Amino acid sequence: MKITISRYNPEKDKVPYDETFEIDDALIKHDTMLLDALHLVREQDPSVGFRFSCQEGVCGSDGMNVNGKNHLSCITPVSTLSQPIIIKPLPGLPIIKDLIIDMSLFYQQYQSVDPFLQTEPLNLEEEHLQSPKERVKLDGSYECILCGCCSTSCPSFWWNPDEFAGPAALLAASRFVIDSRDIKHIDRLKELDSPTKTFRCRHIQNCTDACPKGLNPSRAIQELKSIMVKDL
Amino acid sequence: MQKNTLDNFNNLPMQQFDAIVIGAGGAGLRAALQLAESGHKIAVVSKVFPTRSHTVAAQGGINAALGNVSPDNWQWHMYDTIKGSDYLGDQDAIEFMCQEASEIVRELEHFGVPFSRLDNGKIYQRAFGGQSQNYGESQAHRTCAAADRTGHAILHSLYQQNIRLGVTIFEEYYSVDLLKANNGSISGCVVMNIHNNEYQILQSPNILLATGGAGQLFRTNTNAGINTGDGLGMSLRAGYPLQDMEFWQFHPTGIAGKGMLMSEAARGEGGVLRNALGEAFMEKYAPNVKDLASRDVVSRAIAIEVQQGRGCGPHKDYVLLDLTHLDDKVVKERLPGIRDISLTFAGIDPVEKAVPVFPTCHYMMGGIPTNINGQVIYPNSQGQQEVVKGLYAVGECACVSVHGANRLGGNSLLDIVVFGRKAALTISENLKSHSAVQLEHDKDYIEKIRTRIQHWHTSSTDKPTGNSKQQLPDNVTQIKKDLQAIMEKGCGVFREHSLMVKALEELPAIEQRLQQVQLSDQSNIFNLERLAAFELENLLAIAYATVSSALARQESRGAHSRIDFQERDDQAWLKHSLYCHQTRKISYKPVNLTPKTHESFKPKKRVY
Repeated sequence: MKITISRYNPEKDKVPYDETFEIDDALIKHDTMLLDALHLVREQDPSVGFRFSCQEGVCGSDGMNVNGKNHLSCITPVSTLSQPIIIKPLPGLPIIKDLIIDMSLFYQQYQSVDPFLQTEPLNLEEEHLQSPKERVKLDGSYECILCGCCSTSCPSFWWNPDEFAGPAALLAASRFVIDSRDIKHIDRLKELDSPTKTFRCRHIQNCTDACPKGLNPSRAIQELKSIMVKDL
Repeated sequence: MQKNTLDNFNNLPMQQFDAIVIGAGGAGLRAALQLAESGHKIAVVSKVFPTRSHTVAAQGGINAALGNVSPDNWQWHMYDTIKGSDYLGDQDAIEFMCQEASEIVRELEHFGVPFSRLDNGKIYQRAFGGQSQNYGESQAHRTCAAADRTGHAILHSLYQQNIRLGVTIFEEYYSVDLLKANNGSISGCVVMNIHNNEYQILQSPNILLATGGAGQLFRTNTNAGINTGDGLGMSLRAGYPLQDMEFWQFHPTGIAGKGMLMSEAARGEGGVLRNALGEAFMEKYAPNVKDLASRDVVSRAIAIEVQQGRGCGPHKDYVLLDLTHLDDKVVKERLPGIRDISLTFAGIDPVEKAVPVFPTCHYMMGGIPTNINGQVIYPNSQGQQEVVKGLYAVGECACVSVHGANRLGGNSLLDIVVFGRKAALTISENLKSHSAVQLEHDKDYIEKIRTRIQHWHTSSTDKPTGNSKQQLPDNVTQIKKDLQAIMEKGCGVFREHSLMVKALEELPAIEQRLQQVQLSDQSNIFNLERLAAFELENLLAIAYATVSSALARQESRGAHSRIDFQERDDQAWLKHSLYCHQTRKISYKPVNLTPKTHESFKPKKRVY
């Protein structure tokens, strides 16, 4: 099996280049994940750089662009990929080394939407009450793992990663806008009501297509916009 | 080699903080939040971006006797935890944890954790293993859950609250070693920026280790690649012992052959384990609570079923976790995460078909010994437990000890937040009474650290040319794999003298290989091979601690099951092991059997 990996080490390379590795087919089973294959590549060349941690799709470390689409390598079976497998870093952000990108802008955008619950002072005797119906509204937004697959597949984010919050941050923003416990509903909407921060989203829906957790940031942003229309 | 790496090691860049938290999982972030709320200047050091920490993978829930589903109180929780620990847990620490539980869960809810809800709007609580009402009578519903993604929900909420307070986080910095002051206290740490392999010193009179577990020691495990016990390695090298390292929890239901976790919540919601004959075999081993017995009991039962030929599959080497009789809605709404994992890694929808499972290494009950305040303690020359000035430890890397010989499901998320907060409060007290005097670092100790770092910067060969199937000489990855295989054989679910002796005899060869291995990557940019070498040094030290402690303990207790000593022996072994790295010797200290507000729970036979 052949895997072509985009290589770049700023200590010696001016620009990224592709390097193809060959993996013994006998080592690839029907359920081998792309991350397993990458570990086999690293056994040949330990300098190949990629992030990973939990290996089961919950930590969000190993987003990468595979055959033109963003994936988490640990939950992508190689059997689902056409060969040769071509792997590049998630697009649109600076490359640190090989498949490792600098996600600072992505994280800054997340932080910029105040992604934390703001409530009345803590009552140690009793939790906030939230009906199952209110709680179920959070399904589909709180599960985000911040892997960056969505935002780095978004053309609006490619163009304005410093101004447009991007799908991951907006998904987080919408989660707090709709959380029945949050008391800053209107303040949040006012903050988000900006031509760049939110309305750069043109609903191209690359984000929803890319999300490895099956979430739908595009729909969440659409709902966010309609809440703005109603509540502001 | 950069200037500030080696030539200039005595003049590394320095920054000063009131407190430094090493590790950004649930324990570290809960502590950081408390310290920041108190207005201290703090830093968090993490080798990964905080939400990559392994707390994110915790599934089932967090225990607290809220009594939302069935009557409950913290004393019952305390009893269950002590019984679950096979009486090795310190009763004063367990008492404290269970007392704090309800408040700390409400606090988490307040921080934003999207707990699942009951119809009356209160936090949903599910049944979990080893939990009872009224001291061992009927099953309790004590585990507060956000579907089966409770760890993810808690970790993200804690990170979000740290964002609110603008906590300084050194992301993708690896803490190489602690720094000691001339007066013997801990005075800081040496960290490496993983992005460029530059080193710097972070100084503080308060260092809190929250580095998590070390499940990478075993071949099949539920742990993340980052779980390499770095805090334990640092503490051992600084001369402090590790406690109860023979106790490793093998989770009964890892996906067979792979290890990904299928949460205990699956059985809490009604799932049943079956052998090749289709028998719900837990009835034989735990007639009262069946599939919801303690994890050590269930893991042994599975191992015995397989040993006696009733395993499933072509090699008869696993059993089945059966959820097919449950309402589809229960699986889809309460267990969506494990349904995903099963679909992805086993290709099986648990709604339709049972999932192959086998015990897999999950959790380290042992760790860096601490008192209830989160302060690291060690036996002084008079044999008394003394506090290590400036050093604290919480969460899986610590041994306080609330889990004793076997942890109950739902108690680790509780442990990290209770003791994360408590250690931060201790540090705050300390900062009130002691002004942060600049301590003189112990130069000899710094020189030792420099030598270790230098070794991994110079033992590099040129990268081999070409990349075909050419075999590299010995390498870090292979040494790690061999270590994992040794540990799996020597210190698995069942242990026996000769197997452990063999493991102990094999470790020096691993040590020698690690000393001699050449790194093939010389880069200073995100050098993952060098990072893996540092981590492997920690794992190896922990391997010695584990095998030595396990070999010495001639009884079966909790997760430590010996074929040659099958009974628990309270006369001889109701005591904690302490392993010392420098002498490789084991000493012991008594178990605390005197809680503050409740009468002592006397050890009795453990039946489920």
